[in-house]
Amino acid sequence: MRIVCPFCGERELGEFTYLGDAKPVRPAPGASEDEVYDYVYLRDNIAGVMDENWYHGGGCRAWLKVTRNTLTHEISAVEPAAGAGARQVAK
Amino acid sequence: MTSFQSNRLANGGLVDRSAPFNFRFDGKSFSGFKGDTLASALVANGVKLVGRSFKYHRPRGILTAGSEEPNALVELRSGARREPNTKATTAELYDGLVAASQNRWPSLDFDVMSVNQLFAPIFVAGFYYKTFMWPAKFWEAIYEPAIRRAAGLGRAAGIADPDHYDKAWAHCDVLIAGSGPTGLAAALAAGRSGARVLLCEEDFILGGRLLSDGGTIDGMPAAEWLSRTLDELVAMPDVRIMTRTTLFGVYDGGTYGAIERVSDHLPSPPEYQVRQRLWRIVAKRCVVAAGALERPIVFAGNDTPGVMMASAMRSYIARYAAAPAKRIALFTNNEDGWRTVEAALGAGLQVAAVIDARAEISPEHRSLASKGGFPVLHGSVSGIDGGKNGVRRISVSLTGGARAEVEADGLAVSGGWNPAVGLTSYHRGRPKWRDDIAAFVPDGAPPGMVAAGAANGAFGLGACLREGFAAGAAAARDAGHGNGSGSTPVADDEAFSLTPLWHVAGKGKAFVDQQHDVTASDIELAQREGFESVEHLKRYTTLGMATDQGKTSNVAGLAIMAVVTGKSIPETGTTIYRPPYVPVAIGAFAGHHRDENFHATRLTPSHHWAVEQGAVFVDTGLWKRAQWYPRAGEKDWLESVTREVKAVRGGVGFCDVSTLGKIDVHGADAGAFLDRVYINTFSNLAVGKARYGLMLREDGIVYDDGTTSRLAEDHYFLTTTTAKAGLVMQHLEFCRQVLFPELDVQLTSVSDQWAQFSIAGPKTRDLLKEIVDPSEDLSNEGFPFMGAREVALRGGVRARLFRISFSGEMAFEISVPARYGEAMARNLMIAGKPFGVTPYGTEALGVMRIEKGHVAGPELSGTTTAADLGLGKMMSTKKDFIGRVMAGREALVAADRQVVVGVKPVDKAHRLRSGAHIIPKGQTPGPSNDQGYVTSVCFSPTVDQWIGLALVERGRERIGEIVNAHDPLRGEDYDAVICNPVFYDPDGGRQRG
Ligand SMILES: [Zn+2]
Repeated sequence: MRIVCPFCGERELGEFTYLGDAKPVRPAPGASEDEVYDYVYLRDNIAGVMDENWYHGGGCRAWLKVTRNTLTHEISAVEPAAGAGARQVAK
Repeated sequence: MTSFQSNRLANGGLVDRSAPFNFRFDGKSFSGFKGDTLASALVANGVKLVGRSFKYHRPRGILTAGSEEPNALVELRSGARREPNTKATTAELYDGLVAASQNRWPSLDFDVMSVNQLFAPIFVAGFYYKTFMWPAKFWEAIYEPAIRRAAGLGRAAGIADPDHYDKAWAHCDVLIAGSGPTGLAAALAAGRSGARVLLCEEDFILGGRLLSDGGTIDGMPAAEWLSRTLDELVAMPDVRIMTRTTLFGVYDGGTYGAIERVSDHLPSPPEYQVRQRLWRIVAKRCVVAAGALERPIVFAGNDTPGVMMASAMRSYIARYAAAPAKRIALFTNNEDGWRTVEAALGAGLQVAAVIDARAEISPEHRSLASKGGFPVLHGSVSGIDGGKNGVRRISVSLTGGARAEVEADGLAVSGGWNPAVGLTSYHRGRPKWRDDIAAFVPDGAPPGMVAAGAANGAFGLGACLREGFAAGAAAARDAGHGNGSGSTPVADDEAFSLTPLWHVAGKGKAFVDQQHDVTASDIELAQREGFESVEHLKRYTTLGMATDQGKTSNVAGLAIMAVVTGKSIPETGTTIYRPPYVPVAIGAFAGHHRDENFHATRLTPSHHWAVEQGAVFVDTGLWKRAQWYPRAGEKDWLESVTREVKAVRGGVGFCDVSTLGKIDVHGADAGAFLDRVYINTFSNLAVGKARYGLMLREDGIVYDDGTTSRLAEDHYFLTTTTAKAGLVMQHLEFCRQVLFPELDVQLTSVSDQWAQFSIAGPKTRDLLKEIVDPSEDLSNEGFPFMGAREVALRGGVRARLFRISFSGEMAFEISVPARYGEAMARNLMIAGKPFGVTPYGTEALGVMRIEKGHVAGPELSGTTTAADLGLGKMMSTKKDFIGRVMAGREALVAADRQVVVGVKPVDKAHRLRSGAHIIPKGQTPGPSNDQGYVTSVCFSPTVDQWIGLALVERGRERIGEIVNAHDPLRGEDYDAVICNPVFYDPDGGRQRG
């Protein structure tokens, strides 16, 4: 499998680490135990297209949101995580 | 003495008669020529018997001339290079080659185990499964050993492979598998467009079937067209041709696997050259021009040496100038088989008869028969009279019921052609059935791949050239190139008519899968026993499960199953195709990653100095760490380690701790970020101070620990454990980029940038004063416990100095740029000489941390909470952090959790061992009263006995209780007392002093 890193270009699978479903959003501070439990443990088991977290540890160390079909391994989109790459913070 | 090449034809062939090679087969000397395979050389020497079969030890000969060979498998080479199950049909001959037949004892001619044939009834389909129902004792004692002895194939070398294997990447626009007419035409079209072309050919010369079948292309003989085409391709700068290279698999994203047999054709690899190279090829497009495999017809005695595929027979005649027989008969059900008759007549061999299963043959063939003076018998072969010395007589059932006999010493068989659908089907593709050629053809292919020519069911030479050229041009266009110049090579299309015939009923064993000894009656038996699905059929009979993957047998097996179930072949279907297309040595997948190169090795900055000191090293992940530094006269490691501990506690020592993960955390929100990833608070840490931190996983379990220092308002320096360095970096990047992108923070891994040393012991300050610039205040007031700041060293180098202690002594850790690491070790030795400075290794480090009750890897086991480690009070209640909510779950805060305590044997002389279970005293050990286990142990010179840390249920309430340390692994039970985990200086006065 090959992933087109938005920063590094097309690279092979061995440079990346898979984390899992990119859909769950970490509950805000003060969330209930049930909400956090859902976030930590409950995952959809998708046969088809899903967004996943991948880490380009063998390259730029960016976390990427990879849209992949779990049946065909076809990758239809790759986006950097919201905080990936250099960012200008106005203060 | 070298035997005369009795069956070598006087003229022709692509062997180099000026380059004779000697070789040995089963101890006998033979000669052949450069350009021969082992199989063709054996054919040229009139050798028919080359092996014994897997189950029944039946005599077997050479069936094919390619990588689909099921029978002619040999042990090639000797000693450490002995390689079993090597196909004689693809093994290139070299001078001095040594090969031995397999699966026979004591000799190929006289094989005792051929009595297995008498026991044939127990070796039928499913016998592996049926024997499992026999009593276990019988299986273990008798059955399995006997089967293993009797039914193995070749023997592995049994010693380490002396050769090297390589792995490499290649990238191209158009990858082409196969260099027959289809592949060459594709390469021409793609190459002329300017595309980067990579052509892989598994044979050692290019041309595919052109080498055996000839023909006329663009008005010239095939050989001339081939030579011109290769000249043109070789002249193209972006066309790369790789021979001896088999494309064996296709993977996601246009990645392909190929194995290049770099030195297999040589007695041993040249110096500094590899034996084989595993290629991973990334291609925008791939044209599969892998051709087709001729298929046998199953009849009684079809495994007799001398029965050969018709196309293989003409390969031996035309390409190798070697006659497989003197008097040949042909059994065919199609037009193409007749080409073998033409080749045999052309080479001056006798043709005994053609047995053609079709009702009609062409007028051309009829006149060929009358010219050649041989009969054409309409019917099928129903039996073979012959044995280990080959075919003698052929029984024929004529259409209409009469019988006939043909005297011949070789039988060519053609049952039609099966396109090589492997590569196109490796992504679970199911090939589709085509009635007109009675064969499966690719039905689609993985993205970017297309089959052309015979691999796509187009068998005519003209069709192969047209399809290949078109596919090559389209692939180049898809890869972004324009149309090339030149036009499609032109050739005629041979007639192809075929009457499907799979199995001729008759008396005697008729083999479908010759490598696994699966017969037609095995398939019928499997059906009767209910194993009708092709996947069941395969596993129950082991059809197609040998190293040849059933290339010559699978379709015939399906066809026979279709007949007995009354279904059509497409209804019966195919099994799933899986790579690799040919066996690939595990060594090639490993490449150079073996022995000490199995993984990368990381050396600490002071490594070479430590080697000079005679350090003993331990592997810690990828790192080599100095474990202890033995001195002359010390009788064992314990003596060395004990000396090192005492030297630190009594004076001063130092240890390279550069393996810790080190991360610079920069940014206005650096403190806020650390507050979210650690259970304790870092935003309120003063500049110039260090703090121990603990991080959890989101599920509430402890993930990692380490010291983090604040070097500036917006700059923290964070350390991780050695083991988790990479993972913590990944985790923190996830937190920063995905969970908390709103924070202004950046992370930089500086693990390799800083050499870090722990300097510990009451004389630490004395030693440091010799190293650090005199202007730096190292007093307790000027540099208090948990202080951290940048300092200048004597000579001007800037260092980071941290007053932190893992040993419990007055201690500092000092970081210098990694390039100064080795110099730092040497300087510490020189400057420390007056103070008796002692380098210490990871063992002494471990002893001192256990004496201090500090937790480490064995306690951070992925099951413990902060409270289990005695660090529950560090968990802030004033902020959110990773793992906070889940850490509060009922079971994670239960009162009866196993928590870290100290433990020591009651008998001071007794050794404590890690892993011993904690059982209440007086109870019989069992799972119900297993209350924990010893996690870390050491001999403590300070306490003067073995001590340890343990995870024990309600441990902190049980200080002073005597328990049973139960160690079933070592067969021990002994009394141990639970105690405070801090064995040394519990009030911490020494590290603050
Ligand atoms: Zn990248």
